[in-house]
Amino acid sequence: MSHITSVNSPVLLSTQELVLKVGTRVLAQGLSWQIQRGECWCIIGRNGAGKSTLLRTLAGMRDIQAGKILLQDKSLTDWDLFELAKLRAYLPQGRVDAFAYRALETVLSARHPYQDNHYWESGDDVQIALAAMRLLDVEDLAQRDVRSLSGGERQRVAIAALLAQDADLLLLDEPANALDLAHQVSVMQILAQNCQQKNKTVIMVSHDLNLSYQVATHAVLMMPDGSCLLGPKEEVMQAHHLGTCLGHPIERFVHGSQTLFLPTVNA
Amino acid sequence: MPQVMTAQRALVLLIAMAVLSFMSLLFACVTGSVSLSLPELFSALNELLHGQRESLASSVLDLRLFRALSAFVTGATLALAGVLMQALLRNPLADPYVLGLSGGASVGALATILFVGAGIMVDVAAFSGAMCVAALLFGLAYRDFRGAGSAEGSTPLLLLTGVIVASGCGAIVTLLLSIAPDHSLRGMVFWMIGDLSNTQPRYISWAIWIGVAALMLSKARAINIAAMHADNARALGVNVGQLRRLLFVCAALLTASAVSTAGSIGFVGLIIPHACRFKFGPDHRLLIPLASLGGGAFLVVADTLARTVAAPHQLPVGVITAMIGVPVFLFQLHQLRRR
Repeated sequence: MSHITSVNSPVLLSTQELVLKVGTRVLAQGLSWQIQRGECWCIIGRNGAGKSTLLRTLAGMRDIQAGKILLQDKSLTDWDLFELAKLRAYLPQGRVDAFAYRALETVLSARHPYQDNHYWESGDDVQIALAAMRLLDVEDLAQRDVRSLSGGERQRVAIAALLAQDADLLLLDEPANALDLAHQVSVMQILAQNCQQKNKTVIMVSHDLNLSYQVATHAVLMMPDGSCLLGPKEEVMQAHHLGTCLGHPIERFVHGSQTLFLPTVNA
Repeated sequence: MPQVMTAQRALVLLIAMAVLSFMSLLFACVTGSVSLSLPELFSALNELLHGQRESLASSVLDLRLFRALSAFVTGATLALAGVLMQALLRNPLADPYVLGLSGGASVGALATILFVGAGIMVDVAAFSGAMCVAALLFGLAYRDFRGAGSAEGSTPLLLLTGVIVASGCGAIVTLLLSIAPDHSLRGMVFWMIGDLSNTQPRYISWAIWIGVAALMLSKARAINIAAMHADNARALGVNVGQLRRLLFVCAALLTASAVSTAGSIGFVGLIIPHACRFKFGPDHRLLIPLASLGGGAFLVVADTLARTVAAPHQLPVGVITAMIGVPVFLFQLHQLRRR
């Protein structure tokens, strides 16, 4: 199999025979995966299946044990951290704020890769940060101490920072976590728009099958046996695949234009 | 909007703090058993600059000025070390002594006083003791310096190791004190409390302070990112492991320098960064210079009080910093709770 691709290749990120291990536990084996620009991928699996580990590995936040990850045809480990930060953004799952930074300051921190040797942020950086905060409906929290925000507010500020980083590849670990229903939908729509209109690429971990199905173009199912099922969502997010993946029987319904997934409950 | 004004605001605050530092030095120079008026001060300063120490005023000034400058650089060094240690451990309650660096310095200094006697060797031993503990911690808690440990991205191993090493040093200090003969005991206790009374001009301390402050200012933005995002700062292009190692080495150097100049003066490294963060925000681009100057000014004033409030007796400056520090800190904490 040839891996030579042209410079204008639509493939942004690819993995070759990637192995994920935590200690001696193998989470995924022989993962070969190609991700093109404009695609929105959703990673699905049980707790402890290695979803976050996979995302952290793709983000370059973790050593690669075996296999390869290529970002724009260059091995992820060869990227300069600063250049990498302009290309991929990463939203971790949860965060601990030790200091009383203002919400705006945390969003502005995402502009770090673009500030080179300037000591202070430019007016442009502030405008970009505020625009991202407006989009996430947190502009009025700009001057608040991040430690005083509610869980959902803090999560939206973090997503605003992710967007302010203006990277092509967005890696999100449970972005809808702690959000209320309306904001869950709006965050998912914002992510989908970033893919469709700005040709950004999204890879996210999500536990909400219904919402994921609406916004994702593709899905990865991390199976209990360490294999992964990858492909367009219509093919992969079948009831029996999801049932195997999540360890519980799942039914799929079509309701108008929406596809819904429900766990089977034995009454 | 306030955030666009940051550069101007920073400049104003910096100038204000620099003026405050200068005033504190002036205060230290004119206060004491022989009070100097401002004109006397200037003529004495003029004499000093021309290398003359004939008049009473100039010899008084000579003593006070060098002592005040020692106090300033020690305070500035401690406050900066506090800021760096807090950023490194991502814990606003950390101080330069929490990891046992001062404990190592105490062991070195007290052992030297006990077995060799007072003198310049004590300072060298204190410095070496602190750096030995730093090297030990670096080896034992290396995992935390890789910058890709836990997802939470804190430095629990370093903190725990430091606390344990500190208590080990504490035990050795107690041992040394308990076997020391009476004539050494007083010097040893005074060294531990922290005292600026017999310090000469400290060019090395100034060099360490200025060098580290300049280096840290150039890294201030990255320090902010690491303080905010811990290990995940890597996603924004910050090499967290490298930055942590740098912070640790710098904080250790500063602490060793301050402790070998003046013994373990408490509270400056905790209270001043805290007060500055409370007042001006946690942005390290501003916090590093402000806390540093503020720490210097604070210790100059505290030391001036130490040698005047109970004159002719001189109190150890560590007692004064604690007596000012504890109530101010408690008050601040109380205010924080109420908000």
